[in-house]
Amino acid sequence: MSELPPFLLYFIAAFLVPASRGRVRKIILLVTPIVAALHIWLNIDTGVLSTYSVLNIELTFMRTDKLSLIFAYLFCLASFIATIFALQVNDTKQETAGLVYVGSALGAVFAGDLITLFIFWELLAISSVVFIWARGTERAIDTGMRYLIFQVLSGVFLLAGALVQYQATGSLAFDHIGLEGIASWLIFIAFGIKSAFPFLHNWLTDGYPEATATGTVFLSAFTTKVAVYALARGFAGEEILVYIGITMACFPIFYAVIENDLRKVLAYSLINQVGFMVTGIGIGTALALNGAVAHAFSDVIFKGLLFMTMGVVLHRVGHINGSSLGGLYKSMPKTTAFCIIGALSISAFPLFSGFVSKSMVMAALVQEDYSYLWLFMLFASAGVFHHAGIKIPYFAFFAHDSGLRPKEAPINMLIAMGLAATLCIFIGTQPQYLYSLLPWEADYWPYDVTHVLTQLQLLFFSALAFVWLNKRGIYPPELRSTNLDVEWIYRKFLPAGIHRGLIFFRNAKESTMTAAIAPMYSIRYSFSQSTIAKYHLSESWPTGSMVLWISIILVAYLLLDIFVYG
Amino acid sequence: MTETTQKKHLFDNPRNVERLLKGFYVICIILIIADFIIHRHTTMGWEKIPAFYAFYGFIACVVLVVVAKIMRKVVMRKENYYDE
Repeated sequence: MSELPPFLLYFIAAFLVPASRGRVRKIILLVTPIVAALHIWLNIDTGVLSTYSVLNIELTFMRTDKLSLIFAYLFCLASFIATIFALQVNDTKQETAGLVYVGSALGAVFAGDLITLFIFWELLAISSVVFIWARGTERAIDTGMRYLIFQVLSGVFLLAGALVQYQATGSLAFDHIGLEGIASWLIFIAFGIKSAFPFLHNWLTDGYPEATATGTVFLSAFTTKVAVYALARGFAGEEILVYIGITMACFPIFYAVIENDLRKVLAYSLINQVGFMVTGIGIGTALALNGAVAHAFSDVIFKGLLFMTMGVVLHRVGHINGSSLGGLYKSMPKTTAFCIIGALSISAFPLFSGFVSKSMVMAALVQEDYSYLWLFMLFASAGVFHHAGIKIPYFAFFAHDSGLRPKEAPINMLIAMGLAATLCIFIGTQPQYLYSLLPWEADYWPYDVTHVLTQLQLLFFSALAFVWLNKRGIYPPELRSTNLDVEWIYRKFLPAGIHRGLIFFRNAKESTMTAAIAPMYSIRYSFSQSTIAKYHLSESWPTGSMVLWISIILVAYLLLDIFVYG
Repeated sequence: MTETTQKKHLFDNPRNVERLLKGFYVICIILIIADFIIHRHTTMGWEKIPAFYAFYGFIACVVLVVVAKIMRKVVMRKENYYDE
């Protein structure tokens, strides 16, 4: 039993779902994560290795250790919650794609070689785009296409890297890679695209806000976390990741402050949170790596919770623009409460999940003497609270009364949000259970007087800044707008450049044509005026006369050849 | 609809907002006072500054918002900018 890869359970369910309907289908959807989780929990231990052979290349479907197992538990849990949340959606495409998507994420974290990883990497890309396309608008179709190009490109880099590595070393094994040689850089870029490195991040902020209300909840949990897993396995301790991670943690918060689409705010804050994980991986000590993994775990749940609350608003109101929301707490008090719990968790308030995981990365920064970088991360921590912790609940549920009185969320959505909220508090208050799952040996306990006090000071005074800026009228109002990001380069600059280039070449062609054709005409004209033009041969050009003249010339050559030179 | 619009909600009463804010300010003050009473262990130089975290959090957020506002002048376009 231990050799049955868990992703197969999801793939089998993905075949059963289109064949079933109604209640049976919903039961299949709900039971699959439970069965998969039980299978992993009871049957799969660390140290399993199962290989298969294709074209004389040995590939590893299953390689288990504590690192892959914690992500596998996380993915089962996240898919269970997201499935409950999406239960009222009757869309075969999304339901099937969801199962393939989660299955691929599980396949990827158990993949023991780069080719198997590549297969699941691409399956993740193809299945996830369905959540964007399912929105059905023209805009969503375009966005999905851009999203898919990035995702598939990431796979192409991964495959290229894998092949170069195979050529060089003869091994396809996916273990620690480290940044040495072209193969490792190709793989690094592949992982970088999927984990939304700066300049490669726009597929996320472009795609996630365009997905369906329930689809984004799925999307936020898996793609970037598979990438974080892959970075942790392949590139732990690469110092460049510290700097990349800090950039990721810092720049999105500026965008998050001025962004109006609240799901886009969350997309930016997702990059910010992944930044903390990437930094942890870059530091590479046991504590830092544990922190990265633990933070991935709690992030999936609290970010999922926040996306769920915004999904409810989108589902009930039909849009998610901060500029025209507000006062929703009056008619959706439960959703409001869940949103606040998610906000407290992402802001790392003591007793909530972000506090027990993010602080490990912060502590590791201090231990490794990155004191200036630590200041940047502290800035990012304060910024998270500002844009995700306060802005999201405030502009959606409080602020000025928009007059909207949407109904409270449907019961299945409330259950899903309730589960996630309970987990946020459970992890925050009982971190020992999460810590026991962590892959590396590191002694850490988040609750001491100094840590709690300093974190509370940081957060309360960040909130004070919000109150003060709001009262003084300095706080930027929510405006309907588009904010330029890196995507401007490929959505405006390059297309405009290509357009201009084409116009330039067309003009160039026209002017050379006129420049070249005018003399040609004049030559032809002067020829027709000349005396040669009157000559018999140039007057009429029947093919027959040409053949006749050529044969006469040939005969003349022949005679000359025979009689003169003979 | 009329029933729900007539119903008074928690923050419809400005006094409740005031109460909330007052409570919030009191907690802020307590956190500053606690900084002088409780001995916190510090590892880095700047942590020794009294109420460092409080100041840092406040300043960080003001800087964040001010910079973001300036950024708007550069990056903000119409909502349907990319669709044109």
